[in-house]
Amino acid sequence: MEKVKKKIGSFSFWNWVTASIIFRLILIYFPKNLNLSSRPEVSTPLTSFRRLAEGYWLKQSFMSPYAGSMYHGSPLLLSLLGPLTINRIEGQPNHLLYSLVSVIADVVSAMLIRATGQNLRLAYLRSLESLDLVKQIEVSEFLFSGDIAALIYLCNPFTIVACVGLSTSPIENMAVILCLYGACSRLIPLAAFGWVIATHLSLYPAILIIPVIFLLGCGPDSPPRKLFLQRHQQKEVLNQSKLPPRFSWGPVIHFAFWAFLWSVYVLVLCGISLKQFGGLWEMFKSTYGFILTVEDLSPNIGVLWYFFAEVFEFFRNFFLIVFHVNILFMILPLAIRLRHRPCYLAFVYVAICSMLKSYPSVGDSALYLGLLGWFVNELADMQFSLFLFCGYVGVSLLSPVMHNLWIWRGTGNANFYFATAMVYACLQIVLVVEGVSAMLNHDRKLRNLITGKPQDAKS
Amino acid sequence: MVLLQRPHILLLLIDTHQFLQCWIAFGSANEEGQQQEEFSEELLVKPLPDHKLLAHFHFQSSAPPSTSNGCHHHLFPKAISQLVQKFRVKEMELSFTQGRWNYESWGGFDPISSSNAKPPGVELWAVFDVPQHHIDASWKNLTHTLSGLFCASINFLESTATYSTPEWSFPPASGNVRYGTFPCEAVCTENLTPWLRLLPCRDKAGIALLLDRPSLYRGFYHSQRLHLTSTESSSEGIDSGIILEQTLTVVLQPNSERAIEVHASEKHVQPSWSLSSIFGKQVSGRCVLAKSSSVYLLLDWGLVAELKFPNKENGKSAANGLTSENFWSNPSFELSVNPDRIFLEESSSHSKSLSILYMFQVEKYSESEPFDIGLMWKVPVAWLCQQTPLHASRFFMGSGNERGAIAISLKSTQFTEGFMSANSKDGSCELRVDVFQVVPWYVKVYFHSLRVFVDQQPRAVSDFIEKIHVSPSKDKMSPGVMEVVLKLPCRVNTAALTIEFDKGFLRIDEYPPDANQGFDIPSAIISFPNFHASMVFLEDDSLNRSPLLSKFQEKCPVMSYTEVLLVPLTTPDFSMPYNVSTIKCTVFALYFGSLLNVLQRRVAEEERFLKAKAAKKTGRLPLLLSKLSAKLRGRRREPLHSPPSSSSFINSKLVLKVILVAGLAVGWQYFFS
Repeated sequence: MEKVKKKIGSFSFWNWVTASIIFRLILIYFPKNLNLSSRPEVSTPLTSFRRLAEGYWLKQSFMSPYAGSMYHGSPLLLSLLGPLTINRIEGQPNHLLYSLVSVIADVVSAMLIRATGQNLRLAYLRSLESLDLVKQIEVSEFLFSGDIAALIYLCNPFTIVACVGLSTSPIENMAVILCLYGACSRLIPLAAFGWVIATHLSLYPAILIIPVIFLLGCGPDSPPRKLFLQRHQQKEVLNQSKLPPRFSWGPVIHFAFWAFLWSVYVLVLCGISLKQFGGLWEMFKSTYGFILTVEDLSPNIGVLWYFFAEVFEFFRNFFLIVFHVNILFMILPLAIRLRHRPCYLAFVYVAICSMLKSYPSVGDSALYLGLLGWFVNELADMQFSLFLFCGYVGVSLLSPVMHNLWIWRGTGNANFYFATAMVYACLQIVLVVEGVSAMLNHDRKLRNLITGKPQDAKS
Repeated sequence: MVLLQRPHILLLLIDTHQFLQCWIAFGSANEEGQQQEEFSEELLVKPLPDHKLLAHFHFQSSAPPSTSNGCHHHLFPKAISQLVQKFRVKEMELSFTQGRWNYESWGGFDPISSSNAKPPGVELWAVFDVPQHHIDASWKNLTHTLSGLFCASINFLESTATYSTPEWSFPPASGNVRYGTFPCEAVCTENLTPWLRLLPCRDKAGIALLLDRPSLYRGFYHSQRLHLTSTESSSEGIDSGIILEQTLTVVLQPNSERAIEVHASEKHVQPSWSLSSIFGKQVSGRCVLAKSSSVYLLLDWGLVAELKFPNKENGKSAANGLTSENFWSNPSFELSVNPDRIFLEESSSHSKSLSILYMFQVEKYSESEPFDIGLMWKVPVAWLCQQTPLHASRFFMGSGNERGAIAISLKSTQFTEGFMSANSKDGSCELRVDVFQVVPWYVKVYFHSLRVFVDQQPRAVSDFIEKIHVSPSKDKMSPGVMEVVLKLPCRVNTAALTIEFDKGFLRIDEYPPDANQGFDIPSAIISFPNFHASMVFLEDDSLNRSPLLSKFQEKCPVMSYTEVLLVPLTTPDFSMPYNVSTIKCTVFALYFGSLLNVLQRRVAEEERFLKAKAAKKTGRLPLLLSKLSAKLRGRRREPLHSPPSSSSFINSKLVLKVILVAGLAVGWQYFFS
């Protein structure tokens, strides 16, 4: 952490941002895009650029974009990004404009992450002040978590690869970040818009409604409310103004109203663009239905493809239900335990989704790793961080090698590639579990500081 | 009484009337010769340029409309007529093929090659006369029936992922057509026997006697075809019953040991052959049930042009002198049997030369004097068969098991160049090429990546593609179909279509037993609708037309099939299902368990706090009890001074829980019984 801080001190934030943008632009100008757009790590059936182009071509030739089982994205993306899939500028590669859009989306996401991070840091400092813990925890050594998160997001190789590899995940990530930013800055229509678009694009962000409601109801992350009560009990004075606000339903209802409005709007737009081609039912069947039934078994960095390629047909439905319910099962316990930290809750949800979703890509990992940067101060005591870092590096080097051995050379075996996917899943599990544990320990530490007891049981 | 008897009389009258009608109908059916069921057998033999021999058996049976004589048949196979009636098949073609027709040396522009050169394996197409929504059900039943009838795995064509609905590029252009191929079917004698069973004489008499299994399957190409046309249920007024056409086309290598021995130096001498040397059998008379039974020998016009016929310059005068002997005894070859008749091609689009057809009647021969035609070459000849305007081939591009591209390349055949320029009336000469390509769903084609290369230069797709129809593949549901109409300039040397694809991944039980062998992509059909292959022969009596010759006269568009491609797909580890399931479930359990553990873990102090909080909320007795228990736990070293009370506390909670669970169980039972 010290090193990171020094680095950030020596270089200014904006230098890093420009460097990452220039790096992206250089990569874009490589011939054939370095073949990143057909890597299984980058382009899943949902985010693939080639499938988007195919959907656009089908639509241009007056067929339903969902006619074959090629395109599974949103019809809105088709209308907005489809025209960029064909050659617009003479003498330039086809994907140039589209890549520029991805770069812009990445930069916008990074800026939103930075703004949200600053917001969170201010809220954290405020709550420490009201707990009179400013002295005990050296606030002066606090990192600018917003800047760090934005830089992690921008300079993460996963983000760069997803951006240069022409997948649609930069756009999906931007929608998720827009939703969190809107909720943090109490811009309710923006939050609702982000949530509706993110859900529309990739279904899984739907569960972010819980952190968004907490954010709108009680404000950004703070230590548990009962710590404040305890603090004031100790002081024997109950200063109502210093307490965090109670849960208020007003903004939530406001949010629900806007979410309803935006979803109606989005559905109407989709309905208009698919009017001749089977309407909305066709869209739901080949987007959400495709996500939930895991029909495409092409290899990706997830674990479901090999499982469903191997499992007996008889049990397929059972396991489909089990794996999807696994995401839902964890929602409630996490929401109860982390309700006072809605942004962290959102991070955990995003991480769990990107681990358990049917067609994960590195773009999803890029999102939660970026969000992780918000909590550098709170998670300073996290265990296994070096192990996790090395694990991520190792997997991202080994996985392409195993894929190459299996698919291109034919000397390897599917099991080797699957093994790297399993390791990757385990790493994510360790990250989520340790992250949650570190955050709970951080809360315990604060409480112990308040009650004046020595920090006893850690983990 | 009279009144009572009246109805009987009426009934009697009606009965006699009906009987009369039936009788009249029967009589008329007997009177008219055409209404009879007919069978004819023919064999056409044609020497091929590359020292091989083409034998084309043609059996045709026809049944009059069922309205005239019910469902009784004398000659016509009952199984076929039942099939037609049951599934209301309008037209159907089924072919079993082994080997590949060599378009370059065996030609592609004559009626035989354009209608009898078939893709390897099984090809089936059918046109149904049923409402649109019943077609798929009819197709399914038809495939199963044919599968039983011909001992073949045609029933694999039943699933919607294997057959397609061509819109317009497939020749019998109609919305009711279904087309399916099964390239990996191994064709063998077990398919031939049921096919022969449809003939009235089987292979016991007549020309079919020549069908000796070992010599047939020794050949280079073998295609047995069954074509069915029925006008039975058509909405049009013309009703000509069912016509069943069974053809067997084989390309054989004549046993040319003698030729090799004698003319080792002269390699160009065609091998001499006779029917008995090729098939090992002779024809001992005709099938008595056949209306006509004849053997033809066709000399291609290219060959005729090479041979030194005395009056080859003026073809018309040759037609006049048909009987002149110089057609079969000439310096270059010698026939062992004198032909009964000689036909000369009436007119041809390529006015270089005319084909000659020698006809031999089998009726004249008998068991004691079997028919055996032989041809002895005296001088070496070399000629070329007429080829399709463009020679089509298809191949894969790319490596690896992730993606690739299919390329269909069309190469101009120099042979037809002059012919094409003759066809062009004005300066803008265009060559229309229809491409019909079916790809199975696991080859996921990106139709937007279609590229056209003309004369090895990448060109804009819209410049050369006049019409395109695409139906993209649905996973495990339907194959991808691409129909393209290309308009190429006549002067084109090469043209190529490329299209990219991703390889799909299947579940383990979708792989065939030999998964690493690869998967077949059916042949593409390349047809040239502006060119028609037909041969019209001069015939004096149009009444007694031979079915084979009238078939030759029909204008059928020139078409050719490309190679079948074998695409290797990646395989998962077939021995892993249990391991994968257990490992995956272990990881999930790890995730679920450890996360839940972290979430519900309480540090000791927190626990005490919670207990105290819980105690505050509950009543006095439980409060006391809980305080007691807290004390007990807090000072564990002290002896337990009141064990009964603590046990009663535990008991009450336990009892409460048991009651709750029992209540739930009772409620469950009550609601769901």
